[in-house]
Amino acid sequence: MRETRRAVLELADGTRFEGRSFGYEASTSGEVVFNTAMTGYPESLTDPSYEGQILVATYPLGGNYGVPPTTADGDNKTFMSEFLESDRIHCRALVLQDYSWQHSHWLAEESLSQWLIDQKIPGIYDVDTRALTKHLRESGSMLGKIIIEGCPEPELYDPNTENLVAATSEPGIVVYTPAEDGKSVAQQVQPQDIASYPFDPARKVVVLVDCGVKHNIIRCLTQRGVTVVRVPWDFDFTEIPYDGLFISNGPGNPDFAEETVKNLRKAIELERPICGICMGNQLLAKAAGAQTYKLKYGHRSHNQPVRRADTNTCFITSQNHGFAVDNDTLPADWEPLFINMNDGTNEGIRHKSKPFFSAQFHPEASSGPEDTTFLFDEFICML
Amino acid sequence: MENLKIKKVLLLGSGALKIGEAGEFDYSGSQALKAMKEEGITTVLINPNIATVQTSDGFADKIYFLPVTPYFVEKVIAKERPDGILLAFGGQTALNCGVELYLKGILEKYNVEVLGTPVQAIMDTEDRELFVKKLDEIDVKTIKSQAVDNISDAKKVAAELGYPVIVRAAYALGGLGSGFCDNDAELTALCEKALSFSPQVLVEKSLKGWKEVEYEVVRDKYDNCITVCNMENFDPLGIHTGESIVVAPSQTLSNDDYHYLRSLAIKIIRHIGIVGECNVQYAYDPASMDYRVIEVNARLSRSSALASKATGYPLAFVAAKLGLGYGLFELKNSVTKDTSAFFEPALDYIVVKIPRWDLGKFHGVKREIGSSMKSVGEVMAIGRTFEEAIQKGLRMIGQGMHGFVENKEFKIPDIEKALTEPTDKRIFVIAAAMSHGYSVDRIHELTKIDRWFLYKLRNIIDTADELATFNSPEAVPVPLLRQAKQQGFSDFQIARSIWKENMKDTEKAVLEMRAYRKSLGITPVVKQIDTLAAEYPAQTNYLYLTYNGTENDITYLHDHRSIVVLGSGAYRIGSSVEFDWCSVNALMTVKKEGWRSVMINYNPETVSTDYDMCDRLYFDELTFERVMDILDLEQPHGTILSVGGQIPNNLATRLDAQGINILGTSASSIDNAEDRHKFSAMLDRIGVDQPRWRELSSLEDINSFIDEVGFPVLVRPSYVLSGAAMNVCSNQEELVKFLQLAANVSKQHPVVVTEFIQYAKEIEMDAVAQNGEIKAYAISEHIEFAGVHSGDATIQFPPQKLYVETMRRIKKVSAKIAAALNISGPFNIQFLAKDNDIKVIECNLRASRSFPFVSKVLKINFIDLATRIMLGLPVEKPSKSAFDLDYVGIKASQFSFSRLQGADPVLGVDMSSTGEVGCIGTDTSDAILKAMLSVGLHVPEKAVLLSTGSAKQKTEMLDAAHLLHNHGYTIYATDGTHRFLNENGIPALRAYWPTEPDKQPQALQLLHDKTVDLVVNIPKNLSTAELSNGYKIRRAAIDLNVPLLTNARLASAFIRAFTSLPLDKIEIRSWEEYK
Repeated sequence: MRETRRAVLELADGTRFEGRSFGYEASTSGEVVFNTAMTGYPESLTDPSYEGQILVATYPLGGNYGVPPTTADGDNKTFMSEFLESDRIHCRALVLQDYSWQHSHWLAEESLSQWLIDQKIPGIYDVDTRALTKHLRESGSMLGKIIIEGCPEPELYDPNTENLVAATSEPGIVVYTPAEDGKSVAQQVQPQDIASYPFDPARKVVVLVDCGVKHNIIRCLTQRGVTVVRVPWDFDFTEIPYDGLFISNGPGNPDFAEETVKNLRKAIELERPICGICMGNQLLAKAAGAQTYKLKYGHRSHNQPVRRADTNTCFITSQNHGFAVDNDTLPADWEPLFINMNDGTNEGIRHKSKPFFSAQFHPEASSGPEDTTFLFDEFICML
Repeated sequence: MENLKIKKVLLLGSGALKIGEAGEFDYSGSQALKAMKEEGITTVLINPNIATVQTSDGFADKIYFLPVTPYFVEKVIAKERPDGILLAFGGQTALNCGVELYLKGILEKYNVEVLGTPVQAIMDTEDRELFVKKLDEIDVKTIKSQAVDNISDAKKVAAELGYPVIVRAAYALGGLGSGFCDNDAELTALCEKALSFSPQVLVEKSLKGWKEVEYEVVRDKYDNCITVCNMENFDPLGIHTGESIVVAPSQTLSNDDYHYLRSLAIKIIRHIGIVGECNVQYAYDPASMDYRVIEVNARLSRSSALASKATGYPLAFVAAKLGLGYGLFELKNSVTKDTSAFFEPALDYIVVKIPRWDLGKFHGVKREIGSSMKSVGEVMAIGRTFEEAIQKGLRMIGQGMHGFVENKEFKIPDIEKALTEPTDKRIFVIAAAMSHGYSVDRIHELTKIDRWFLYKLRNIIDTADELATFNSPEAVPVPLLRQAKQQGFSDFQIARSIWKENMKDTEKAVLEMRAYRKSLGITPVVKQIDTLAAEYPAQTNYLYLTYNGTENDITYLHDHRSIVVLGSGAYRIGSSVEFDWCSVNALMTVKKEGWRSVMINYNPETVSTDYDMCDRLYFDELTFERVMDILDLEQPHGTILSVGGQIPNNLATRLDAQGINILGTSASSIDNAEDRHKFSAMLDRIGVDQPRWRELSSLEDINSFIDEVGFPVLVRPSYVLSGAAMNVCSNQEELVKFLQLAANVSKQHPVVVTEFIQYAKEIEMDAVAQNGEIKAYAISEHIEFAGVHSGDATIQFPPQKLYVETMRRIKKVSAKIAAALNISGPFNIQFLAKDNDIKVIECNLRASRSFPFVSKVLKINFIDLATRIMLGLPVEKPSKSAFDLDYVGIKASQFSFSRLQGADPVLGVDMSSTGEVGCIGTDTSDAILKAMLSVGLHVPEKAVLLSTGSAKQKTEMLDAAHLLHNHGYTIYATDGTHRFLNENGIPALRAYWPTEPDKQPQALQLLHDKTVDLVVNIPKNLSTAELSNGYKIRRAAIDLNVPLLTNARLASAFIRAFTSLPLDKIEIRSWEEYK
């Protein structure tokens, strides 16, 4: 038998789930959330939106196909990982039913276990993840800690008291210019220089507000031929001569991103096209005057059905959010763009006459279904 | 919104179960009928498969037990004038028939709308050339193949592509007539065969070793698409998906892989224009993201049935609704009842499908598995680790295996060869290879099976090895014991690995193991399948057990209101859809009488495992251990073992010993009927005759017994070395040969020798009794004489040619047996009758294969009656009897020899049919013609080739030969038959045996040239020359798709029928119209 250390996931309400360790051997704490996706653990683990959370996979088998190359190309800094969504693991721990100690995939460079150890992230398995999921569903997402046998017990950590957007947004400004092979060339630019940056006049310029952006959003934009200027969450971008504005996904409570909302209100006045994803949807709604609220246990899966408002057109979407826009608080000149078909929650908004829209789900997928990537095309068409 | 002008719909069924087209279409058809019914649409069903659930009362409004061929379907359309037709729910049979109806303009003529996927889209997927062109339009890669219609073109294409190539027949189901070729000779042989089925053959480059992945895709008329499930084959490309172990969801695909193929699948389904459901099969490079689309099936399929059961998503039901014009968003997820049907199930378990083969039942069949399907059934196992699911599954296939390890060792002369040339035993070859020290990498090199699966299998071996280092259960560390259970080890496997060869009393050891682990609290938990991985609350009753969990999803009330019905398990030769019908009917009665109906079954092709058939479904093993686990949790009022065939029946004694309340006939009575010695003694005691038999352990004893009873004798070995389990021996030479071939006679392995009564009639008694008194019965007769297995025989009910005296005696004897065994519930007795002498040959205290047939012909539901009796309710004797019927039913068998390369298509004492039909007519000829056409025979148009066996059989066929001659058929006959016919004044042309190669015409050539369109070939004896000549002709008839009959009585009956009744005089009447 393989010798692994005992581990316990203890929820804030005292419920305990026993398991064993397969990752980094240290205890940790965070908000416990579940995701029902059946693939995509490398993408999920590096998704900044999981910052501060303990991720429970409802699919019982994990690690099957190992981990793809995790490093970007060293010296020539691209500010872009090749196969992942950011340059590190963001969630605080991973909880599985069954871990595959051996993996098999032509792209794999190391095992999930090794990666977690390298990144100092605990992982536990042999946990009844279905019972755990049902508990979270009934009681709502809650805080919890993972205690690995022989490691000191941590304090309960509540990520919702922190500005996670600030914690995950990259500090500098980076300009991504599309390159030949579907990739991009990145260049770091000082904040004072960006307004006068010599942009390629043949390409449209999109400012991307990084609230904890997934790299695939950048890829989806540059692959469509636009220059992307990634700016920090609280940067006033209105001086940049941009054609379109994009607000990224990000972790936690949108109320902490008040700076971004302020800048957004200015952008709305400029009337140039705006698009947002996930946190971007919530921030755009707030800028428009609507309110957001916390969902009981959020939407984290690859199979969320949404319907485009007032049409017979439906999409399967990838989602990862714990907060939602309150449809009833949308001002008169705004309307819901998509509606969740399971629980009726808001999945996107748009302005009735101006080129502003956003989606609560993830059209960039990665991980998850790619059915809504056309939204990037719709945005590009507006520029 | 839905199509409001559709008021009446015709649904085409798939006919008899055959290899490649089995019970899954009972499931899909039943669901479609339910969907129509919910809309208030009148349904008309054409399906000659009388044993199915869909052809039962309450499913379709009108049922026609007729062949699913354009001729008969047109007749029904003309009579019923439906507004719409559903083609996607009856497999390839229905699809092909629908396309033909469309091309002939019949649908247009009668203004029948095809619901769901348009016919043009169907043709675009079925015709390879159109298909490739269609996908080229959207830059989707297919396996480039070239269609040819002759052998020399095929060779040219193969030379261009380079060997190995794969050859496929167009418009064929389950890979019929397809295979790999390494050279010109193999190509020629295969093409000739394929071209006999299909006008077109496709030659393509082989992609052996690539992964095979499949997606089930749904699209509505608003262009909304979902993929309900993806599946990955354990075996790489090259092994037909029906022959492969399959997992759902895929296990070795990354997110990019998964969604790359998913997006492609949606792109494809949109471009083709499917409305409803289809599957897309891919070959996927294990070392890049390169892919090829293998095929698209524009209909419900075996895979979609599996996907439906694997996910809980009711694919067939939804597809039927989409055919009416609904959007997916307008339908509800029928599991959660709350969320939309437009979603993709999230699984929180893994499903493993394993095929069930019965190749041992056939003489001469090749054991290798490949690109054409040979399996007869499948199982689906659910677990929360791969190890758990596959070990469950390997027990479920019911071939004496205990899982992946701890099985009876079998000899593999050359492991390397066995790994590279897979057979039906492949998975156990892998186990043996691992035990012999083969590394995962080496096995991967030889098999191309993805290492991930092999690593997981290796885990099982490692655990077994570790368990084996201990000598008592108490010595095993508790975590190891728990790990073994989490990896799907049964109590038996653990017991055997600990006690090894010291495990003398298996039963005792297993019970000790069970008690010990229970004392440690190592028990399984119950989990629900809810389509959303617990994200939303669901009131689903679709359950499985696992050791990978700590909490039950179900709160048990322990109110003793449950009635547990044990299902039939995997379909196999001898046990198939008929037992599913029985199980479903028992469940319906249980529910109707106010009990909680609980089903245990693991066959994804069944209706009994549908989400809406019972109050609780345990999709799990029917082993003693698992049934006990469930009964421990469920604490039911009682358990029904008598409707699922032999698997549940075999558990009677062991469950009884644990104090389980078995409803109906007692376990000791079941044992008295099952145990040959006890049963025989009982028959002697109550004065009932039986053929003489003896259990013998030396050749001398056998000979002295034969001196007493005379040849021929039926020999049944208790330990089978190879080949058939039993055989009829007509002389000393055959006896010695068979014993050498098949059985090592010894004290440990005695054989049972029974006198074999020739030219005797075989009669079936299906009945239901209460406290030993018969309440309802049906006597039916076999068309063939005894010697043809009752599962292969053609059966007539009510009997038309039995003496009243015989019937009276059968009733009397049956009553005696029912009383002696105090039967309460269903039972079946088989009799031999010669003159008015009757002898009992077998008695089963359970429902038999013919229960649905007699129930439907007589229109008295025997299972409903039996279930009511088992529930302890009073029942009245039905007033109606078989004597009141003004019509007759014929049950005929469907064989699948065309799929079983090399198998001798001859009938004997071992069963070899894979399915059956039951048709009703005003007289025998009407019914038999419908039945024989339903199992794929055609009325010949030109010439018949006769080889009619022994003198007695030749005489028997003489009348039929006269009829053929009088109706203008050219008769070809081989040597003896030719002489005999001419002597009796029937002009016949001589055809020469393959052993007379220099004479013309050659019998085989007549088949190749399609000069003859019916072959009657009756094997005379087991002599080598006879067997080889006859075999070649029989096999050629099968391979060249020329109808073949091998029994004189059946051949005569068929010839009498088609010469006396022209096709257009066959009655087109629905079941309801036979009153």
